[in-house]
Amino acid sequence: MAYLDHAASTPMLPEAVAAVTAAMASTGNPSSLHAAGRRARRVVEESREALAQSLGARPSEIILTGGGTESDNLAVKGMFFARRAADPRRTRILASAVEHHAVLDAVEWLVAHEGARVTWLPVDHLGRVHPHVLAEALADDVALVSVMWVNNEVGTVQPISALAELAHEHGVPLHTDAVQAVGQLPLDFAASGADAMTVTGHKFGGPLGAGALLLGRDVTCTPLLHGGGQERDVRSGTVDVPGVAGLAVAAAVAVERQPETARRVGELRDRLVAGVRAAVPEAVLNGEPGPGRLPGNAHFSFPGCEGDSLLLLLDARGVEVSTGSACSAGVARPSHVLVAMGADEERARGSLRFSLGHTSTGADVDALLDALPGVVERARRAGLPR
Amino acid sequence: MRVLAAMSGGVDSAVAAALAVDAGHDVTGVHLALSEAPAELRTGSRGCCSREDARDAARAADVLGIPFYVWDLAARFREDVVDDFVAEYAAGRTPNPCLRCNEKIKFAAVLDRALALGFDAVVTGHHARLEDGVLRRSADLAKDQSYVLAVLTPAQLAGAVFPLGEMTKVAVRAEAARRGLGVADKPDSHDICFIADGDTAGFLRSRLGDQPGPVIDALTGAVVGEHSGTYGYTVGQRRGLALTVPAPDGRPRYVLSLSPVDRSVTVGPVEALDVSTVYADRPLWTAGERALPLTCDVQLRAHGMVHRCTVEEDAAADGAVRWRLALDTPARGVAAGQAAVLYDGDTVLASATVSVTA
Repeated sequence: MAYLDHAASTPMLPEAVAAVTAAMASTGNPSSLHAAGRRARRVVEESREALAQSLGARPSEIILTGGGTESDNLAVKGMFFARRAADPRRTRILASAVEHHAVLDAVEWLVAHEGARVTWLPVDHLGRVHPHVLAEALADDVALVSVMWVNNEVGTVQPISALAELAHEHGVPLHTDAVQAVGQLPLDFAASGADAMTVTGHKFGGPLGAGALLLGRDVTCTPLLHGGGQERDVRSGTVDVPGVAGLAVAAAVAVERQPETARRVGELRDRLVAGVRAAVPEAVLNGEPGPGRLPGNAHFSFPGCEGDSLLLLLDARGVEVSTGSACSAGVARPSHVLVAMGADEERARGSLRFSLGHTSTGADVDALLDALPGVVERARRAGLPR
Repeated sequence: MRVLAAMSGGVDSAVAAALAVDAGHDVTGVHLALSEAPAELRTGSRGCCSREDARDAARAADVLGIPFYVWDLAARFREDVVDDFVAEYAAGRTPNPCLRCNEKIKFAAVLDRALALGFDAVVTGHHARLEDGVLRRSADLAKDQSYVLAVLTPAQLAGAVFPLGEMTKVAVRAEAARRGLGVADKPDSHDICFIADGDTAGFLRSRLGDQPGPVIDALTGAVVGEHSGTYGYTVGQRRGLALTVPAPDGRPRYVLSLSPVDRSVTVGPVEALDVSTVYADRPLWTAGERALPLTCDVQLRAHGMVHRCTVEEDAAADGAVRWRLALDTPARGVAAGQAAVLYDGDTVLASATVSVTA
């Protein structure tokens, strides 16, 4: 088996498995006042401190959530509500056209149900948001800006610090979905200038269903989940102690190893890209060709092929890849990311994402390159069904 | 063989895929997304369009341990099945969309793609027997689907596998239960899958608009009612005619014919539904041509009875080949647009599309 879909979910680190397992064996609600509760709370708070340390944030800036989608929804909706409550003129959202659906659809929901207006920030042919584009869109009526740290499909890294600086010139907060970045790119919440940042455990060796929204101390955010007031009164719900323990340990390990992971995975990725180009000369690399791309990401269009066909044929040969983000898997729709980058329908439909991570090896790349020529030839014969 | 199992989410296709695995085939499951607006969750089953069906198909594939994908054929299905269905009704005929789906989707779009991707055949849960290219009725006559498969060409049949042909529906359900497939007791689908609420007339009205016209009594020539579109009627229909003038003899009246050109629906007594001659277009030999004239059985609608008949070649007005079927005993209520399927005992010989009756 060659697992080339780390961007969908990466294997858990043994250290994280151990931390989750240990915490699961222990009883206690971290909100309880007795000894068992205090033990649980200690695990949560130590994890919070560790996570803050790993990500360049203060412990009080860590809002523990159920994962990336929840963090994105909380940031987009919660900050929109809070900013509009402070000034009813602030009803416009600026978000990049290549955001994950957790941001896109949250924005669309606000437009449909809360009278929000949106300006989708266009990207260039490599998927980059240019700062001048944001500068031109900023105005007094903007509630928030949301631009992802790195695109989950094509791996293009966005200039978040520059964008945050521009937003702050207008007093507008910026949220960034950094789900794909942790463990592969250097990441420092404070240094980035972002006001809110989404992270989730299973993208860097932690458990599924455990994530966080890093929310600056002075940033107001209206809660979406009401109840016991855990997590700074912004997010209620009994904290998932084992999940948080695994999340923090995974972040610590992933961040410590980030330079080495980035170098090693980047080399594998470069070999993969060169190998794909050699095997299928007409393949088109989507996204940044050089630096400015996530080390573990390669994304190609194979002209004349349906991405679904390629995936099926590679799957049958034990090579696991994705046609886009796993959330739109199932029924194929042309990727909004590629469309925003100016790709025509054929290029959008015939695309595959190969994503590498901490357990990737040269054998994974070899397995892909071995299978690919035959697979592409066969997929081309099947063509692009109407 | 490497086979592709079309999995609707129902019990039949799940068991068919299971039997293909048992037979030693390398099986991959696909669910065909046919609706452009995947409907809300629904309990029960209407065939092929709900999210629940997609999930049931995925669950069955997981239980069988086979790869599973969703193929989006909604655009093809709309063009080749739904639009055709509407156009046929608009032309005063009564189409069978399941038949069209087999002909154009399952054993055309899906089979073609499967073959191109290196599969040898498409497996479905149809109740029919297929051996060496010979299509026969299911062992379970009550569930037999050979009629809706009779439009397939020999080449299409060569790429089809129907593992359920020897099984009764009861046996299929028992097999599903034995294997722990959650769909074992899922209700059968009966309705047209793309008309979720079962209101065919309402669906057609939404597509074709109101087209009011007279209901005419065939005996008296008098207008005996109004209708809002000939597409709401099928030859042989008795209910829902909303006649304003009672029949002189007090007997029930039936739809005898539809004329979209002058928007009239003609009704009359039950005997007037009897036809002894059927003309059928687009004849297709299922497993090799036979000499005409030919005496055999013909079935004129899904789950309809068979009639002994003699088939002769005939030329239509446009010169195309059509068949003239002389029935030994009259058939009642034969609608244009339905398939005339020829059988020799339980073996399918040929099919053609009913165009005119007399």
